Amino acid sequence: MSLSRRDILKSLTMTAVTGSVLRVIPLEAAAYAHRMVQAEKAAAEDQVYAPKYFSPHAYKTLQALCQSIIPSDDDAKGAIEAGAPEFIDLITSENQDYQLALGGGLMWLDNTCVDRYGKVYLDCTPAQQKEILDLVAYRKNAKQDPSLGQGVEFFALLRKLTADGYFTSEIGIAYLGYIGNTFVKEFPGCPPVPGL
Amino acid sequence: MQVRRTPKTYDVCIIGSGASGGTAAKVLTEGGLSVALLEAGPPLVPETDFKEHVWPYDLPHRGAGVGGRANQGLNDEFLAPNGAWEIEGEPYVSAPGSTFRWFRSRIVGGRTNHWGRIALRMAPVDFKVRSHDGMGDDWPISYNDVAPYYDKVESYIGVFGTKENIPSAPDGIFLPPPKPRCTETIIKKACDKLNILCVPSRLAILTQPHNGRAACHYCAQCGRGCLTASNFSSSQVMIPPAEKTGRFTLITGAMARELVVNKEGKVESVSYVDKATREERRVHARAFVVAASACESARLLLNSKSTLFPDGLANSSGVVGRYLMDTVGSSGGGYFPALERMPAHNHDGVGGMHLYMPWWKFDRKNDFLRGYHTEFGGGRGMPGVGNYHDLCDQFEGYGSALKQECKKKYGTYIGFAGRGEMIPNENCYCEIDPAAVDQWGIPVLRFHWKWSDNEIKMAKDMQETYREIVEAAGGMYITPKLAHETNPYGIEAGGMIIHEVGVVRMGEHPATSALNQYCQAHDVKNLFVTDGACFVTNADKNPTLTIMALTWRASDYLLDQAKKGNL
Repeated sequence: MSLSRRDILKSLTMTAVTGSVLRVIPLEAAAYAHRMVQAEKAAAEDQVYAPKYFSPHAYKTLQALCQSIIPSDDDAKGAIEAGAPEFIDLITSENQDYQLALGGGLMWLDNTCVDRYGKVYLDCTPAQQKEILDLVAYRKNAKQDPSLGQGVEFFALLRKLTADGYFTSEIGIAYLGYIGNTFVKEFPGCPPVPGL
Repeated sequence: MQVRRTPKTYDVCIIGSGASGGTAAKVLTEGGLSVALLEAGPPLVPETDFKEHVWPYDLPHRGAGVGGRANQGLNDEFLAPNGAWEIEGEPYVSAPGSTFRWFRSRIVGGRTNHWGRIALRMAPVDFKVRSHDGMGDDWPISYNDVAPYYDKVESYIGVFGTKENIPSAPDGIFLPPPKPRCTETIIKKACDKLNILCVPSRLAILTQPHNGRAACHYCAQCGRGCLTASNFSSSQVMIPPAEKTGRFTLITGAMARELVVNKEGKVESVSYVDKATREERRVHARAFVVAASACESARLLLNSKSTLFPDGLANSSGVVGRYLMDTVGSSGGGYFPALERMPAHNHDGVGGMHLYMPWWKFDRKNDFLRGYHTEFGGGRGMPGVGNYHDLCDQFEGYGSALKQECKKKYGTYIGFAGRGEMIPNENCYCEIDPAAVDQWGIPVLRFHWKWSDNEIKMAKDMQETYREIVEAAGGMYITPKLAHETNPYGIEAGGMIIHEVGVVRMGEHPATSALNQYCQAHDVKNLFVTDGACFVTNADKNPTLTIMALTWRASDYLLDQAKKGNL
């Protein structure tokens, strides 16, 4: 059994800097704790996620939409690999507004696809899926065709939540190229920026 | 229900453990007095409460909080316990036509856990505003009275900065500043072009080991709790030395309800609700230091009515609750295409700005009185929930194009926040709501608020300045705030900057002030109010450093009075 982060931090704070009355820990010890967090995270991976709110069908649709919003491509893996659907399902299970907007929005999408193409979104051809997404992905379309209004609102919310899920993931953070959240002894300042 | 009385009489009872209460606890216990401190919240436990260095993907909700409530402003998953705009069971009220927001921290260390660590001295002119421009009132003290205490506070807590010899921003005792970030470098260049002062900021974060605390390790996460206490908080820097004296008793979960006076008109005890048991308890002491945060302190005095003090304790002047001030805040930001070429690098730095703009137009005639300073930041920070909401709404679409746009725009935004001086006016005050109580049965505050023209003009000037800077730096100003909006020129609602002060002000005359220059009540000799409530004006400087300096000064005076047997 591995030590939890809490155990480690607790033991570290009890062996505080010699000569100080403050409840603080030395830099090296905190760096060690930081590495432990990473190790724990790695150990907890590879578990299959069971949706908390969405039905199996709705969840599959959600996954497909998330992956369309932020796909896997040559640059980086996409929203599914980054765990965005799990994240959205979790917070939706706790938030009635999201349940209405996303649960209802997914039904709106299926209903609309049945009206247009005679089948639910997941059963549509890639061309049909692209057609409907191209409609709900832009507000100006709802101005021309008010019947798209609910779909546009739904997709706008899902786009934001997918971005939240993606850019808070290891994959998304690496894709952006964020470097930090770590220990550096000296802050190096700004490297040369071309044209500045 | 029985009322329990603690038999012991302490030398001093302090109410509140933040910047002021913590400072008083340290100075008074080290001066030899026994101290009991009441804190309305729980203890702060770094090993469980701090989130430092945790990644969003290590948190169950990625930092969005249960149900995504970080998007509604309660960032309790990602941050250490810092406080909140709303506390369940402890409401406050805005009077019809007024909007006032009140941020409260119920935890040991109070709002120092939340503080941006911006540690600015008030300037000499800030203490003598009425003599200077005829508005508001002068303080009963001058800069020279407070300067030695600024020295003491800075020397103890550690503040970085540089000596600049700027009249509006007096120098202090500084640790070396960190190097500027890329974003700060380009803004500094633009400011130099425009003759706007832009200098290293002054933050209570250690850039060298200091008084037993390690230097900052530049993870930019002060708001998530600092395990090395390299940033300042009362809980980690002021309370521990008080505990070490063996003369300190910390009582948490203790909601002060009333200060009880004896026949001689001195406070003999404080009555409080023990939140865990909901029982009424008392602490007896020879002197009381009220440091519950400005409005909370005013509330306690106003709720302490007796035949001797029918309008509330220490309120024969009627000023308690009056002269409520916040800071004038207006923000804007720009997109800087040049920053798209910024190479990936560690841009974190300390948990705050490395440069800032002190008030620079002090030597000319402006459209408004007083001044403001500017805080700014942006760049390649740790990505988090909500970062891409605006981009998603503006760019729309989906797919690799959206994904690439997010990457392209990452770190290219710089935001500016003006922080200016408000002149107190008769429309801004708090009082006890005639009807409502909180869950402890304690009557709550009702706030009245209205900005005057001077503040609106100041917000306008901020907007014009930020546009000018952004454009001079080759950026596009993307958040213009205009006159006709609900909040003209983006001026924030009262309370939003969390610098509310002034509601138990000091002054020379008992008829127009509640406290003397040592934060001692004119009406009640053994009562001191040492937090931001004692402020006469609210200079553009963030109040915390001054709160600590004034508390240290008041505590020295209290120690002296105790020695002379005057309490």
